[in-house]
Amino acid sequence: MHSRLHLKTYFLIAVMVIAGPIGNLLIAKAMKQTGPIVYWPPSELLHVFLRVFGGFTIWAGIACLIAFIVAFMLALSMADYSYVQPAAALGYVMIALLGVFVLGEKVSPLHWAGIAVICLGVSFVRGTHPRTTENPD
Amino acid sequence: MTLEYILFALIIVVGTGGELCLGRAMKETGELERFRPLAVMKLLGRALQVKWIWIGVAMMATAFFSLLLLLSFEDVSFVFPVTALSYLVGALGGIFFLGERVSWQRWIGIALVCLGVSLVVIGR
Repeated sequence: MHSRLHLKTYFLIAVMVIAGPIGNLLIAKAMKQTGPIVYWPPSELLHVFLRVFGGFTIWAGIACLIAFIVAFMLALSMADYSYVQPAAALGYVMIALLGVFVLGEKVSPLHWAGIAVICLGVSFVRGTHPRTTENPD
Repeated sequence: MTLEYILFALIIVVGTGGELCLGRAMKETGELERFRPLAVMKLLGRALQVKWIWIGVAMMATAFFSLLLLLSFEDVSFVFPVTALSYLVGALGGIFFLGERVSWQRWIGIALVCLGVSLVVIGR
């Protein structure tokens, strides 16, 4: 049984889970492309700043993180924090998948076990009602 | 070592506390009814007028920069196991600060998420 509240909440949590890790990844990538950061003299810092913010990657990352925080706020406007916070732990699944398929990293068996336990935990949380407080208005 | 643990506890409490304030602000703002760009903008505009949102943003920023500072002189592997505790802090905050009812089923789910996140961090 899926109410409108359920569907809206699932959608927003999906946006958080996808956009958050991708945003962090893009920003990490942009910072690595920048090379070493030189703090002195101050004019060098300006160059570093221009190198970081002159690229496309950093802005794509920032856009993802804005999507994440907006989805988080909208989710909290309709669902409990104690529902959204554990459900958003599905981001760890996304991080592992990005690691394997995008970065070509190896994920340890213990890491996969942790991901299975997170999924199990989220399925328990999902079985509870997303909102247990009254609307203020 | 003890000092670091105290700092981590503070970062978790302040960071999760900031998110809880965001939750408080959004509960006061009211529910998003439709996924229309204008409706979303209006809701966010109303949210920015709630004082809790600014308290939340300030707390989240404090936790973020404290974490960066700590990471600059501490090994990452030491940092992240503690993040699992934020789910416990979050559930308690949900109950006592936001008036949410956490059923036994949700508690089990939260405990499993804590365990799973710890395993992910250790397994890295």
